[in-house]
Amino acid sequence: MDNFAFFRPTSVAEAIDLASGDQKRDFLAGGTTMVDLMKLAVQRPGGLVDITGIKELESYEIGPGRLRFGALARMAVVADDADLREACPALTEALWKAASPQLRNVARLGGNILQRTRCPYFRDTAYTQCNKRDPGSGCAALEGGVTSLHAILGGSEHCVAMYPGDWAQALIAFDAEVRTRGPGGSRTIPFADLHVLPGDSPEVETILEKGEIIISIEVPVVPAMRASHYLKARDRESYAFASASAAVGLELDGETVKDARIALGGVASVPWRAGAAEEVLRGRTFSEALAREAGRAAFADATPLEHSAYKIPLGADVVAGALMTAHARARAGAKGED
Amino acid sequence: MARDPAHPRPGFSRRIFLGSSGAVAAGAGLAGGAQAQAQQDPAVAPEALSKVTFTLNGKRRTLAVEPRTTLVEALRDTLGMTGTKIGCNHGQCGACTVLMDGRRVNSCLILALTTEGAEIVTVEGLADPGGTLHPMQAAFAEKDAFQCGYCTPGQILSAIGCIEEGHAGSAAEIREYMSGNLCRCGAYPNIVAAIEAVRDEQEG
Ligand SMILES: Cc1cc2nc3c(=O)[nH]c(=O)nc-3n(C[C@H](O)[C@H](O)[C@H](O)COP(=O)(O)OP(=O)(O)OC[C@H]3O[C@@H](n4cnc5c(N)ncnc54)[C@H](O)[C@@H]3O)c2cc1C
Ligand code: SF4
Ligand code: FES
Ligand code: FES
Repeated sequence: MDNFAFFRPTSVAEAIDLASGDQKRDFLAGGTTMVDLMKLAVQRPGGLVDITGIKELESYEIGPGRLRFGALARMAVVADDADLREACPALTEALWKAASPQLRNVARLGGNILQRTRCPYFRDTAYTQCNKRDPGSGCAALEGGVTSLHAILGGSEHCVAMYPGDWAQALIAFDAEVRTRGPGGSRTIPFADLHVLPGDSPEVETILEKGEIIISIEVPVVPAMRASHYLKARDRESYAFASASAAVGLELDGETVKDARIALGGVASVPWRAGAAEEVLRGRTFSEALAREAGRAAFADATPLEHSAYKIPLGADVVAGALMTAHARARAGAKGED
Repeated sequence: MARDPAHPRPGFSRRIFLGSSGAVAAGAGLAGGAQAQAQQDPAVAPEALSKVTFTLNGKRRTLAVEPRTTLVEALRDTLGMTGTKIGCNHGQCGACTVLMDGRRVNSCLILALTTEGAEIVTVEGLADPGGTLHPMQAAFAEKDAFQCGYCTPGQILSAIGCIEEGHAGSAAEIREYMSGNLCRCGAYPNIVAAIEAVRDEQEG
């Protein structure tokens, strides 16, 4: 690992000051993405601005109308919160099914949503072609590489890296917002706008500006949250990134679907809301056949790569399976209220 | 997955350097506002070292580290405490698991400079001073929960964390919440048995 300057601000204003400007400096939260990529020489910041001393960013609240997560809340702490499990099981499951207990003890929610792709060519500097790492150098994945871990939705001819995170799928399904502060002031970003498609500049992954810090992630409470589920299919039973996953939520009126939320993990270049699949469900009578129809609709526009065609049937099954669980939860909830 | 080839044993040269100079540089308080704690120059010069103080197995330790020094390197290379192992060095295997402020963490992904003021427990700190093993160590021996033993310090600290966190309710829960510790020898069934035994003892 190259050496770097190290800063420990204790306030948000100080952190923004340190990370803005011309120097190559990045924020450091838990470091489980940053230190990993620095060891690989994929990221080489001249300085790290360690924000974990800003204690006010650690808190979170599970309110009746709104969930608010400080950017420095730990994954493990939030995953174990009983109120969140009741309010929105998908948000809990997408956390505890991610990474390992040790990593979740250290990783923070702000860092989590900004984790970077696991594309093996991006992570290995022995491959000189990677447009994300070195703009204009090509793409080792698309130029003869193994593409089994790559995106079948949202990719471009320049980059088909997959966004690997789990929690982001539950956030995008429920219209989360991200509150930030930067040199230019504060703003609120719809979660769906935070990450950007690779297009012809895959090195740009989010709309965040230099020195802009995530303060919190907020989610408005809707009925479909209670009957929600995060289903994650992976190569081994635990501690692996998603081969395909789905965050779903259902609100039923009898057996009629009033509201449906579906987001897809493990298959797309950014957190992915499956609007067309939601449309299949809305206003119709729920059944397994309908759930399967929604699963197929979620992948209607997918572009399989040489080694990732398996993700289409797998992903469709995962969506259908997640919806079946959400439906069972909605039924159980309705019984509970009688 | 190996160490950065340019710096195969980052702590080693530093130890020699420290040994010959005996100096600990850059004493400025870490908590005191935003100051650069080190220069960018990767050469091991006095200005590039800065002081960090944490409690290791109950004893306060102050050491000088580079910004890039990880906690496991500080433990093994700077302090000579080699009970904590390095497997993957990338957060994937759990061999480097230690407890930090009561939480199990991968010490290979933690920068030593970020441990200022922390309480660290490694496998060396588990037995009592008289040599009586920690119940989890005793259970691993009793249940034959290892073969080569390389993953074992990490497994034991992780197992203590697993029970502490309340995630040892069933064999299935233990498997899920011990998934961050890989064992190439495949001692998994006996590791689960050891954890169940300690859990039952504590509950009984
Ligand atoms: C072996 C392994 C397995 C994993 N498996 C999974 C998995 O199955 N599912 C999953 O979802 N994740 C997985 N992860 C990824 C893990 O969840 C992330 O590394 C972690 O959540 C990142 O959080 P952090 O606090 O450590 O971030 P850091 O590494 O500190 O930061 C990550 C990025 O975010 C930036 N940043 C951090 N906080 C802020 C902020 N407040 N404002 C602005 N920028 C900020 C940093 O500058 C950096 O670019 C795995 C990681 C490893 C190493
Ligand atoms: S898919 Fe993207 S990240 Fe992977 S090698 Fe190609 S350009 Fe790089
Ligand atoms: S050495 Fe493998 S997780 Fe740290
Ligand atoms: S006992 Fe050999 S790796 Fe676990």
